[in-house]
Amino acid sequence: MTRKPSDSTDLIADVLVIGGGPAGCWAALSALEAGASVVLVEKGYVGTSGATAAGNSSIIYTASGSVERAKAIEARESRGFGLVDGALVDRVLDEVQFQLDRLAGWGYGFPTIEDGSSYRGSMRGVDYLRFLRQKLIKGGAIILDQSPATELLLYDGVAAGARGISRVGGTPWQVRAGAVVIATGGCAFLSGVIGTRNLTGDGYLMAAEAGARMSGMDFSGQYGICPAGASVTKGIIYFWASFYDEAGNKIDAKGDRQDIVARGRQSGRVFAILDKANERVRSGMRGQANVFMPFDRQGIDPFTERFEVDLLYEGTVRGTGGLLVADDTSTNIAGLYAAGDAASRESMAGATSGGGGPNSSWALATGVWSGANATRFAHSVGAAHATRPAFGLASKGGGQGNDSASVRAAIQQEILPLDRSFFRTGPQLEASAAALETSWTDALALQGNADPATARETLAMAATARWMVASSRQRNETRGIHRRTDLPQSDPAQGRRIISGGLDRVWAQPQTGQAQKAAQ
Amino acid sequence: MIEIVSESRCIQCNLCVKACPDNVFDAVENGAPVIARKGDCQTCFLCELYCPADALFVSPLRDQDDPRDEAELIASGEMGSFARAMGWKNAKPRGTHTDLTYRMFEERD
Repeated sequence: MTRKPSDSTDLIADVLVIGGGPAGCWAALSALEAGASVVLVEKGYVGTSGATAAGNSSIIYTASGSVERAKAIEARESRGFGLVDGALVDRVLDEVQFQLDRLAGWGYGFPTIEDGSSYRGSMRGVDYLRFLRQKLIKGGAIILDQSPATELLLYDGVAAGARGISRVGGTPWQVRAGAVVIATGGCAFLSGVIGTRNLTGDGYLMAAEAGARMSGMDFSGQYGICPAGASVTKGIIYFWASFYDEAGNKIDAKGDRQDIVARGRQSGRVFAILDKANERVRSGMRGQANVFMPFDRQGIDPFTERFEVDLLYEGTVRGTGGLLVADDTSTNIAGLYAAGDAASRESMAGATSGGGGPNSSWALATGVWSGANATRFAHSVGAAHATRPAFGLASKGGGQGNDSASVRAAIQQEILPLDRSFFRTGPQLEASAAALETSWTDALALQGNADPATARETLAMAATARWMVASSRQRNETRGIHRRTDLPQSDPAQGRRIISGGLDRVWAQPQTGQAQKAAQ
Repeated sequence: MIEIVSESRCIQCNLCVKACPDNVFDAVENGAPVIARKGDCQTCFLCELYCPADALFVSPLRDQDDPRDEAELIASGEMGSFARAMGWKNAKPRGTHTDLTYRMFEERD
């Protein structure tokens, strides 16, 4: 069932899932199947909210033990810059194959290709999520839409639920639960990228307030190419693009497409034309119809006319950083699990973008695992979870701030520009670290004064920015999407993770053997 | 951002109010919903899918106003064009199985 957000809400569930993208939906479904009562809360609407809803995503569908599977694992390892765990990738892809086959059995409309086979390598996000929503409602999950979570509940060091405020009517809600799954996605700092308006790092902040740690926040220098002024960052179409500078000269630079545009933007405007796409590829591009909205609705033919392009920041939505989880998706807080983009994806995507196939595969598998493991944990707690005197963990304000917009702008200034996150340098990171300490203080001052949900988003962005900068300062090399222009080489001795955490005092350090073990 | 809620086409079902991921609309008693928080719109076009009456129009420009003429958009077929391209009808997906995205991956691999 779904609850109207205007209801005054105080619920009890075995498992609370926070965030209703694919990871959260699979977590909720998996928990239901394991026998849990489930509440799924979502800041927006389960079905349209988040990065997956706003487009098509590749997903890595390969048979266990096949040549294709071996190739897929090898591709991840070779592109991961030393941080990918091939055995875990294999387990993720086993789960993907198993669940997508079930999805087909339930009636999800995978396309049939010309040779008559069912194509399961791409999901149409908004159709996929609506399908999962219906499945959850039929299965008995309670869904709270338009219900941002503002704090975790803890009892005796154990995750015990969450509280929040409905966006419609502003009424508070509370869910007391035996275990909690954080599936709130990554953080793109309100850069304007399609599907990321709700992705402000809220889950990171809630978990960090309970003492959870982050990993891979250095691998956050991820940007997507978009037509100038538009929201749609769909990188794959530029595989068939030629790029031009402002004077009309073709840019012949080598390197990946984002690199070409980023370097071009340093000296002026950049234009593209999709002139390498044949008719069949063009029809394939139309499969994700929103790609063409910026063209069709401005009267541009992208195959024959040059159009201006830009880069928009995608952060940890398509980068790899997030909450540090063990292979079973548990955090270091008992009863607290993380799935999808909210969790660090270094094991799957390494030091580079997990955009597309790796991230959507990871979201499905970790969603399923977190739901099952959270259910086991909740059942071990038993009926006590309904009556435990849990308390909220939200950071308290210190001051009289009410101008969320200016605090956000100051945080964005240290993260969004290309010379902050695409190209990093030691001195700039040091300056950003200092500026973000002020932003953190200013964001704290909003708590209890400004609109609560907005104030929490701002605080989450401040915390996330500080972990990113602190982690980047610990990686004195270039690796994957962490690009240090003053240290352009990779250092074989730095092929390990950077762990970070803390709120009033932020810390970051290379993962040691012991810390690695503790995380497993 | 969202530019148009067509008063003449709207059937007051308020599905857009419910399904907008960014809570951009406010329901109005006995009237079409209003665009109450345009600045929160993430230009995702998804409200157009959830509108059974093709009464919404989202401009592709993410952070500037883009006033359009409703009559012209209706005449040109742009109202509802996203839902038609996606195979959505009456606020439900009906075209998932017709997605040709796989054709992009044949050539790349």
